[in-house]
Amino acid sequence: MPANDAHAARASVEVTDLVKRFGTFTAVDRVSFQATRGEILGFLGPNGAGKSTIIRVLCGLLRPTSGRAIVAGLDVASEAEAVRQHIGYMSQKFSLYNDLEVIENLRFFAGMYNVPNHLAQQRIAGAIAMAGLAGHEHDLTGTLAGGWKQRLALGCAVLHEPAILFLDEPTSGVDPISRRHFWELIHQHAAAGVTVFVSTHYMDEAEYCNRLALINRGRIVAMGTPAELKRHAMKGTLLLARCDPLGPALEAAQTAPGVMEAAVFGNALHLTVGDPRTAIAALPAYFTRNGVRCADLEQIRPSLEDVFVALTGVRPPPAGGPAQ
Amino acid sequence: MAAAIQAFALSKRFAGVQAVDRLNLTVETGEIFGLVGPDGAGKTTTMRMLAGILAPDEGSAFVAGYDVVRDSEAVKNQISYMPQRFGLYEDLTVDENIRFYADLFGVDAKTRTEHAARLLQAAGMAEFRNRLAGKLSGGMKQKLGLTCALIHHPRVLLLDEPTTGVDPVSRRDFWQILYALLAEGVTILISTAYLDEAERCTRLALLHRGSTLMCDTPERLKSKMKGATLIVTSQQPREASEALSGADGISSLVLVGDGVHLVVDDPSRRRGEIRRRLEAAGVPFEEINASEPTIEDLFVASIERESPYAGQ
Repeated sequence: MPANDAHAARASVEVTDLVKRFGTFTAVDRVSFQATRGEILGFLGPNGAGKSTIIRVLCGLLRPTSGRAIVAGLDVASEAEAVRQHIGYMSQKFSLYNDLEVIENLRFFAGMYNVPNHLAQQRIAGAIAMAGLAGHEHDLTGTLAGGWKQRLALGCAVLHEPAILFLDEPTSGVDPISRRHFWELIHQHAAAGVTVFVSTHYMDEAEYCNRLALINRGRIVAMGTPAELKRHAMKGTLLLARCDPLGPALEAAQTAPGVMEAAVFGNALHLTVGDPRTAIAALPAYFTRNGVRCADLEQIRPSLEDVFVALTGVRPPPAGGPAQ
Repeated sequence: MAAAIQAFALSKRFAGVQAVDRLNLTVETGEIFGLVGPDGAGKTTTMRMLAGILAPDEGSAFVAGYDVVRDSEAVKNQISYMPQRFGLYEDLTVDENIRFYADLFGVDAKTRTEHAARLLQAAGMAEFRNRLAGKLSGGMKQKLGLTCALIHHPRVLLLDEPTTGVDPVSRRDFWQILYALLAEGVTILISTAYLDEAERCTRLALLHRGSTLMCDTPERLKSKMKGATLIVTSQQPREASEALSGADGISSLVLVGDGVHLVVDDPSRRRGEIRRRLEAAGVPFEEINASEPTIEDLFVASIERESPYAGQ
């Protein structure tokens, strides 16, 4: 195999009809997808949709019930141990030791990942530079601000130079500047050929992915680039309504004829309607009758959040299934 | 109408760090007011002082008409403070948690029963009254926290990052409850790191290093943003980003999954230049769209230079 093909295989993921059941509950239901070298693929879905289960299967931590998952050219069911040498994992909870120094955390993870001693020192120095933690090597990890901690966690997860990186809600609860900085780092890794999986329910994070798989109740309900999902994934048309006052406007909109879904968005409403022309003609009078002033009503392109809510907003039945 | 919350030169220092630095703030009755800022900007410290839990070093604050230092007990009866990790008892059921907080606030059984039924209905949680709090999802825990925090009919509600870790469907439910409270005349102060959420507030204060950087309605804040946002959609975002970096008139460039988000000084002039630059570099692109700047754009633009993360 030529060297380039070997690299491509090591950084690729191929999943076919993957099923994972826990007792009678199907957490992952016939999921198929592929990811190629250097791609950033996002799993977007509500809590309990099956995102984490898919990632755990791909990391070789859970055995698939049926179907196949080939990660880095290896079958996760039969070669789980070998798979783990090619992947890095960073969770939303950072998995760092708060009572250890920055440098101690890095040394600990280098040891865990069996990074040879003659390489460890250089890679740890590289991780410190990447995380912007030069001069803070001996700070207690627990005292670092969120953004720094998160970059340290990333540094720890890539010490063994994995071909595939799994990130579980990596920038949850982090401020926007740190978030942008973090994603620059992720895009640099992807540019260097690392394939990145991100599981999240934050639209801000989803926007940074090359492709997204929208997951609901264990299934992929839509897949495409963020722009493709915004263009094609939603049933109905989205209208933006600038109304005053907003609270009563929302209440009125929820029972308005022809409105399938209404939500507050910024300081306006987003309304999903079946027939935009009829709605634009009828809604202003409807709002006026309900004591709401509607200054502006226009058709807009949906945001990722609109797509997400439209495709996953069906509430699960109250009884049965895991805790929601 | 009287202000529900007023802070004058409020200051608090912890072990050499000026967490809140001569902060001034006025929140009118019936507003939903957002405190926005990075980690360590002073959001939580401000909330805790306004809740009467933490004494300020200097300055004064009035909430619901009471001095938070001198009348901290009276303040507590008028307000509800929901910290980032609301103290739910995981081994108690939803109903038992509500009962606990109702007793704590001296709410009688009849009021509690009526009020709890209405709040749980609004939260979409009526079917879960007998579930253990520890078995609820993140979104439901937050809604239960809010229900407990509202059981005594507070006039002012202080919410510290209530939707961190909550998915968008639950987040919409949560905001719907907040709008219903506003309609009843409750004043809400909410802190958040999510700027799409900040745009739902009547007014915002951008906090940075313990003081207010800017304060206005989301609309007016956005109109202060210099320049305009252009979104380039491309299947080769990395190449597009390389082709455009360093181009004249671009003050911010963010690489996203399927393109590049740019802040430019003059969109009509730069659009053509950007098109030519991409074509010259042989980078295919689908479209270049103008977009309204977001609060996030403004936020990043106004504090990036001072940020400890900048330039690393």
